[in-house]
Amino acid sequence: MSKVKKGVRLDHISKIYQDPKTGKDFYAVKDTSLTIEPGSFVTLLGPSGCGKTTTLRMIAGFESPDEGEIYLGDEAINALTPNKRDTAMVFQSYALLPHYNVFDNVAYGLKLRKVPKDEIQRRVMKILDLVELNGMEGRMTNQLSGGQQQRVALARALVIEPSVLLFDEPLSNLDAKLRVSMRTEIRRIQQEVGITAIYVTHDQSEAMALSDNIIIMNKGVVAQMGSPQDIYYHPNSEFVADFIGEANFLKGTLDGMDGNHAILKVEGSPTRVPAKEGMSVGREYTVVLRPESAVLRDEGGLPCEVALSCFMGSYQNYHVKIGNTLVKLTDYNPKNKRIYRVGERCTLVFDPESVHIL
Amino acid sequence: MARSQSAALDRKKLMADPIMVGTIVVLITFLTLFILYPLAILLVDSFYGGNGFTLATFQKVMAMPTFRTAIGNTLKVGFLVGILSTVVGLLFAYVEVYVKMGRAVGGLFKVVSMLPVVSPPFVLSLSMIMLFGKAGIITRFLLGIYDNSVYGFWGIVIVQTLTFFPVCYMMLKGLLKNIDPSLEEAARDMGASRWTVFATVTFPLLLPGLGNAFLVTFIESIADFANPMIIGGSYDTLATTIYLQITGAYDKEGAAAMAVVLLCITLGMFIVQKYYLEAKTAATLTGKASRGRMLIEDRSVTVPLTILCSLAAAFVILMYACVPIGALFPTWGYKFTPLTFKWFGQVFSRYHGLQAFRDSFVLSLIASPITALLSMIISYLVVKRKFKSKGFIEAVSMLAMAVPGTVLGVGYIRGFSGGVFHTGFLQGLYGSAAILIIVFVVRSLPTGTRSGISALRQIDKSIEESAYDMGADSFKVFMTVTLPLIKDSFLSGLVTAFVRSITAISAIILLVTPSVYLITVQINEFAEKGAYSIACAFATILILITYGSVLLMNLFIKYFGTSKKIKEG
Repeated sequence: MSKVKKGVRLDHISKIYQDPKTGKDFYAVKDTSLTIEPGSFVTLLGPSGCGKTTTLRMIAGFESPDEGEIYLGDEAINALTPNKRDTAMVFQSYALLPHYNVFDNVAYGLKLRKVPKDEIQRRVMKILDLVELNGMEGRMTNQLSGGQQQRVALARALVIEPSVLLFDEPLSNLDAKLRVSMRTEIRRIQQEVGITAIYVTHDQSEAMALSDNIIIMNKGVVAQMGSPQDIYYHPNSEFVADFIGEANFLKGTLDGMDGNHAILKVEGSPTRVPAKEGMSVGREYTVVLRPESAVLRDEGGLPCEVALSCFMGSYQNYHVKIGNTLVKLTDYNPKNKRIYRVGERCTLVFDPESVHIL
Repeated sequence: MARSQSAALDRKKLMADPIMVGTIVVLITFLTLFILYPLAILLVDSFYGGNGFTLATFQKVMAMPTFRTAIGNTLKVGFLVGILSTVVGLLFAYVEVYVKMGRAVGGLFKVVSMLPVVSPPFVLSLSMIMLFGKAGIITRFLLGIYDNSVYGFWGIVIVQTLTFFPVCYMMLKGLLKNIDPSLEEAARDMGASRWTVFATVTFPLLLPGLGNAFLVTFIESIADFANPMIIGGSYDTLATTIYLQITGAYDKEGAAAMAVVLLCITLGMFIVQKYYLEAKTAATLTGKASRGRMLIEDRSVTVPLTILCSLAAAFVILMYACVPIGALFPTWGYKFTPLTFKWFGQVFSRYHGLQAFRDSFVLSLIASPITALLSMIISYLVVKRKFKSKGFIEAVSMLAMAVPGTVLGVGYIRGFSGGVFHTGFLQGLYGSAAILIIVFVVRSLPTGTRSGISALRQIDKSIEESAYDMGADSFKVFMTVTLPLIKDSFLSGLVTAFVRSITAISAIILLVTPSVYLITVQINEFAEKGAYSIACAFATILILITYGSVLLMNLFIKYFGTSKKIKEG
């Protein structure tokens, strides 16, 4: 693509809605500032009602922000209507024009831009090639499978060469297998074209697989923004830790420091975790422990009792109790390993470097 | 929390779309000028005498015994017609949805639901008189009764019930289909008899819907002008009293005050129906039936119900058939053979038939595309866009549904005969063909808008958003996406508007000038004079035209409709 890549910047954006039941105003998005680098793939991730779709629709122009300004590149675009914005959206329901065939659907935006006919032909065919739909251009959209329809929607958005591509949960209507293969496709095409992409989803594995950066939203505000690894290994809150992947939370009071490590008393037993700045003895801290980062051993860790032991094929699933705290564990590749039974007493062992302290 | 910035931005975005802004302005002007203003002027005129606010006009009309009787008459007729139509409609709907019946019976039902749509409003009055009147075929020649009077209360009630029950039938059919059969099966399973199931499950679920159907027919009955005019005899209803007050007594102020009374009654009921019962109906009957219903096959149930309904349906069809047949008899009531076409000949040779058909046809033909397009634009704006005056547009176009034709007619006389606000502005409109076209449009607008709204609600909002997002402005979106997707609804709106216009009478009869001949006005005139054969000949040709256009539309939709192409595959 010949165009200069553009980023998107949200400057203290808020959106207020009225609750239809109570008639009260509330913030759907509150004082949100973001910078999305040109050419990057960014995901807005969060539970339903967190404000991610509203944010996307404000960028597209369907909703108007109540506070703040949105920039596309350096241009303030608050007052521009969606048809004047250099963005293209891929909708959750695909939103293909049902009275047009595949070719006309893809060509729609080009025709509006008065692109000459032979160029339309060339560009549409090229894009259909990119999304691997060659030969389908004469089909009506209802003759296509869900995945194919999604490709048409993507082609239609790409062909007008927008500065930013917006995705509104585009894969949520597909079955699980197709979802996985389509997300690889989307990532491949985005990389090939090098376009800035903003992607809304509530599916954390989709966000992980696709993104350069993930923005996690909760109750209208940004909870955390960072690379997938960053967010997974260094979540800044229980909400983020729990939302991305599975997380166990161990609560303990600080007993003392040992070099780079802190000694926490968890359910009465001292355990070694990485230190962070400004810790004080006697205060309670929470440790995030991912299910795959601890194992059960006969001794040498936190004493616990097995509450559930279940063979899942690729891993053995355990629930163990440390005092009153329930911890979920996944022990991969369980063949030939010692399997702990329900009711057995053992200990929980983990590498201090593999846990994160909040 | 202030939402001022988004409001300002939305306004700015709207202003960036001149066609959209222009359309909204034109719409608001049209609705204000031709619906709100004529109603407002009625209020103003009847409360505002030469020197300020006064109730004198009201006191005057309320003191008229004829007017007080008319109010009572109208309410009595309306109430009874509402109940009877709902009961008959429910019977038909229940039999169709619940009872296994033969194909022929199904066909009868279809014809019955279709006939009132394509017929001019007073056809049943005509056939009632011809079958059961003093010289009626059935009363005099089959039963030998020489002094049967069909004129008056019972005549109106029977004719209006037969005219309006198909509306209830169609409404209730839709509701019954939405009742999940498993609810009734559960009751059956717990030991309830079929009657108990109906009384304790089906009926309570349907109750708001029945109330809704009752009020809709009540309003229709009160607003009906043509039937009471022809079969009412000396039994006057509000609509005919208002008409006579203008054409007989030349008392326009009095008629205005009467019209306000009539409007208040229909408006009050309309508000209850629209905002209370419709919402309640939707709340009790949500969603679709989960699967097909086991039809009742028990012969002790099916046989009597089927016979009852078939007889009723056959009777309705006989009533309609009476009109074309009546036009073929040499002299109604005296000489039945040989059948002749002379009345049809006379329609054209002596009674300005050709001109009447041409005028009615051309005016309706001009009005129908305007109506169809306006109603689609209104539906689009109401369903798909958000802007400040949207509520106003929606409310006023729905309001037109509650306004009886007679009231609108009086409003136009008061509002335009001396120009807008009696200033002489737009005075040229009054007495022109244009005002007839406008009345046609206003009278059919609510039906078209309602069907447009329900068609558009079924289209995923993001389809239009995607076109908008691709760079199309509102006009382009409407033309390239919305309109093609609701082509069927648009086409049927076109034909409905045409049929409604060409069969309209209540408002038109007050506004038509001697230079324009309209079929319905002619039929009314001949029926009043007792020239039933000529009236029947006119009505027959009219039914042929309307039925032909409906057939044409169905063919057109079948072969060129969008839904076929989209639903295929």
